[in-house]
Amino acid sequence: MSTRTIQGQKNLQNINQASKDGIGGSPLRPDGNLKVKGEFAYSSDLWHEDMLWGMALRSPHPRANILSVDIADALKVPGVYAVLTHEDIPGTKYYGLEIQDQPALAIDKVRYHGEAIALVAADHPETARRAVKKIKVEYEVLTPITTEEQCLDPETHGYVHEPHEFKSHGYGNICHEQKLVSGLGVTDEVRALADVIVKGSYEVGMQDQAFLGPESGLAVPAEDGGIDLYIATQWLHVDRQQMAPVLALPEEKVRLTLAGVGGAFGGREDISMQIHACLLAQHTGKPVKIVYARDESFYGHVHRHPARMTYEHGATRDGKLVFADCRIVLDGGAYASASPAVVGNAASLGHGPYVIPNVKMHAIALYSNNPSCGAMRGFGAVQAAFGYETQMDRLAAELGMDPVELRQLNAMSEGDFMPTGQQIDSPAPVAELLRRVKDMPLPPPLDTEHLDVRQLPGALSNTSHGEGIVRGVGYSVGIKNVGFSEGFDDYSTARVRLEVIGGEPVAMVHTAMAEVGQGGVTVHAQIARTELGVEQVTIHPANTEVGSAGSTSASRQTYMTGGAVKLAAEAVKQALIEKGRRRYGWTQHDLTLTGGKVVSPSTGALVSMVDLLGDEAIDLTREHHHRPTVPFDKETGQGFGHVQYTFCANRAVVDVDIELGLVKVVELTAVQDVGKALNPLSVVGQIQGGCTQALGLAVMEEIIVKDGKVRNASFTDYLIPTILDTPPIPVEILELPDPHAPYGLRGVGEAPTVSATPSIVAAIRNATGLALNRIPVRPEHLTTEAPGPK
Amino acid sequence: MRVTFTANGKPVEADDVWEGESLLYVLRERVGLPGSKNACEQGECGSCTVYLDGVPVCSCLVAAGQVQDREVRTVEGLSDEQGELGLVQQAFVDAGAVQCGFCTPGLLVQTDALLAKDAQPSDNDIREALSGNLCRCTGYEKIMDAVRLASARTCERATSE
Ligand code: FES
Ligand code: FES
Repeated sequence: MSTRTIQGQKNLQNINQASKDGIGGSPLRPDGNLKVKGEFAYSSDLWHEDMLWGMALRSPHPRANILSVDIADALKVPGVYAVLTHEDIPGTKYYGLEIQDQPALAIDKVRYHGEAIALVAADHPETARRAVKKIKVEYEVLTPITTEEQCLDPETHGYVHEPHEFKSHGYGNICHEQKLVSGLGVTDEVRALADVIVKGSYEVGMQDQAFLGPESGLAVPAEDGGIDLYIATQWLHVDRQQMAPVLALPEEKVRLTLAGVGGAFGGREDISMQIHACLLAQHTGKPVKIVYARDESFYGHVHRHPARMTYEHGATRDGKLVFADCRIVLDGGAYASASPAVVGNAASLGHGPYVIPNVKMHAIALYSNNPSCGAMRGFGAVQAAFGYETQMDRLAAELGMDPVELRQLNAMSEGDFMPTGQQIDSPAPVAELLRRVKDMPLPPPLDTEHLDVRQLPGALSNTSHGEGIVRGVGYSVGIKNVGFSEGFDDYSTARVRLEVIGGEPVAMVHTAMAEVGQGGVTVHAQIARTELGVEQVTIHPANTEVGSAGSTSASRQTYMTGGAVKLAAEAVKQALIEKGRRRYGWTQHDLTLTGGKVVSPSTGALVSMVDLLGDEAIDLTREHHHRPTVPFDKETGQGFGHVQYTFCANRAVVDVDIELGLVKVVELTAVQDVGKALNPLSVVGQIQGGCTQALGLAVMEEIIVKDGKVRNASFTDYLIPTILDTPPIPVEILELPDPHAPYGLRGVGEAPTVSATPSIVAAIRNATGLALNRIPVRPEHLTTEAPGPK
Repeated sequence: MRVTFTANGKPVEADDVWEGESLLYVLRERVGLPGSKNACEQGECGSCTVYLDGVPVCSCLVAAGQVQDREVRTVEGLSDEQGELGLVQQAFVDAGAVQCGFCTPGLLVQTDALLAKDAQPSDNDIREALSGNLCRCTGYEKIMDAVRLASARTCERATSE
């Protein structure tokens, strides 16, 4: 086992040292220079001669019947080239990731605030904006279905989708549900086996991905009647699959190329403006660019499911968990998006990384007239972690135990079983992660002598000079799956080409992987260097000319596309060696490629790759599939449903101004097992970024939805952490290889987002003694709530 | 209207500018300088930060007409003529402070301005100076590293000169 500790200050010394550029090193991003020069072309930077600007008219109502749409005045605005409604859609009118329930433009009714009804293409964004305002829509406004109680009583409150309208997995306003029972389940007899029982109800608000680069792209009509779309997305091929039928084009005529992506975090897994831009381009015959404004971005993508959860845990006097019973209700909003898969995750991961002999679970996603929810970093595991980790703290308090010890006592490890019956067949160092995070040095106490108010809660607002400030410490650990689960054949494709350019062997890597900032492009070059023993690697632009790479989500890209690059590079290597065997009659079986040469460990360098290749290129494509999984049984939740698990433990230290209800996170520490760090610099960056989004959910981030209407669609009102809100995030990584994964690696990006939130709330509870059953914790909760646990 | 100003030392002009257009729009869509980014266009995120007569401003909040005859310096102007990275740019690359990079241009300009004022800012100074620049990817730790690195290199350079 190896570990690394990388903290802010220490990092500085490492930066100036040269690193090796293969796997395990930290070479710099290939796109870094372009990005710091402002020359990297993000999707909103695209420009085409003669291009038009597209814009959508969006519903001001969460639920209404559309009685009429009058586009005549909009069409008369000088500079307007097209105004389209659903009637202008040439193909099928619905699309969706898992259930095709979402109309590309509203048909006869709107189901959420901000749903697109009509489109305009014009010569200037302002012209488009003015024309959009001139479209007249007559609505019959209906009372929105927004609460769990309303959703579950369609007889009284109605259906979001009438039963005949959609092919839901559930019934009524239930989009999807998953039950799970293991051991004896949770019955009164089982309850009787526990000495202590704690119950709690928890709520998680609606978080937004809030990536900085707005949804945008450029659709260019092609001469063959097809369309070229330059787009910021997470998965080129699944976009195309959903788009082609709507555009009434065969898939091969819908060509997508990845344009620069300014962050994603799940928010680009669904279609946003892709179809709209293409429809406008088809109708006008001109290139059309759409760039969302920030408010439109809040309306135009799915969010993290808000959740209501009840948990009941029972344990013996000495702290051993006996049972856990849980119900998780996720509000999926108007359209299904990824809700079914999110439910599967919440149900199967909803008890945390603990061994619990008897388990019951019921997770559901509702259809409502609230904004649609789907994928966001942590995908269903985040909400549950707030529930089970709060329960662990309560149980510890009830038992008079140290909360970390209680967790360690029940922590799962390799060989244990998930509540789904799946045996964990790779390292699961849950107790070890907790031990390490606890052993990390604590930050020094607040120095009231040399106080800099900028360190205090309230910071620059100068709200305190140290009075009323109380410090707290909290711990948490979480579990997340890697890759797509429940029987999905989640694969990726890579093409690797080796040739001599300018007297040097050069490898080219071509995949359709969406680089959204995570650093996949860096890692692909590292893998090609390692496998092929070359220095020069170029990364081909990601597009649909090569097979699908799957989504940049579920922490899966290094595992899946990295794995495909490894397979393709190995194939190229074998082909090259084979060429040498044919030419030179080599008989050794242990040949490798190193330093631009074919090398035998026994007899040394045999030939340079340049000589062996000559002017021939070796160009091979390979697919990487992970081992198969199965869907969970609908009633019992049993099944080998997940490919890989990943774990992270956190410690948060907070200062709370208990008079004003202000919180300052002083430090947020993370220890995570990454299997193998292919690029330690990126790995640490991912963990720190993930922790910061968790911090946002803990104390500030929420889309406020009232009666179905979004109240804070701007960065003025939807707050994400600034550099002042974000503390130092010391990170320690463990590398316990997973025998089933390429290089033993483990997906990294999501685990910290799952685990870190509860540690911050625990620290605030530790400081204040309040119950805090809802996140984000806001000032009013800290100043008015009752002490807990209730 | 026509707007004439200096961008990164070169005179530029834009025709048919609508009065409501921002400097950000003119830079990005009219004069071929898309380096400054459009994340909120409301002065909340700092991605569009540029120097206007030497002072960092959110270009999304500056009306195009206001820049008439003035000097703008954007992220594109932080590299030298040959395209060699400026010190702050290099530090961001070296420290791994760039992930998606959408926040980066604004942060670079703001950091450049900070170090011009104070070559050795404390951590609290850095946090205060960059508090108007949102980054959603990095968790800011590596941005802190980058600024500290740029500061160290600025001081090194000053002593060696
Ligand atoms: S785009 Fe100007 S501050 Fe956000
Ligand atoms: S690197 Fe993506 S927003 Fe900062």
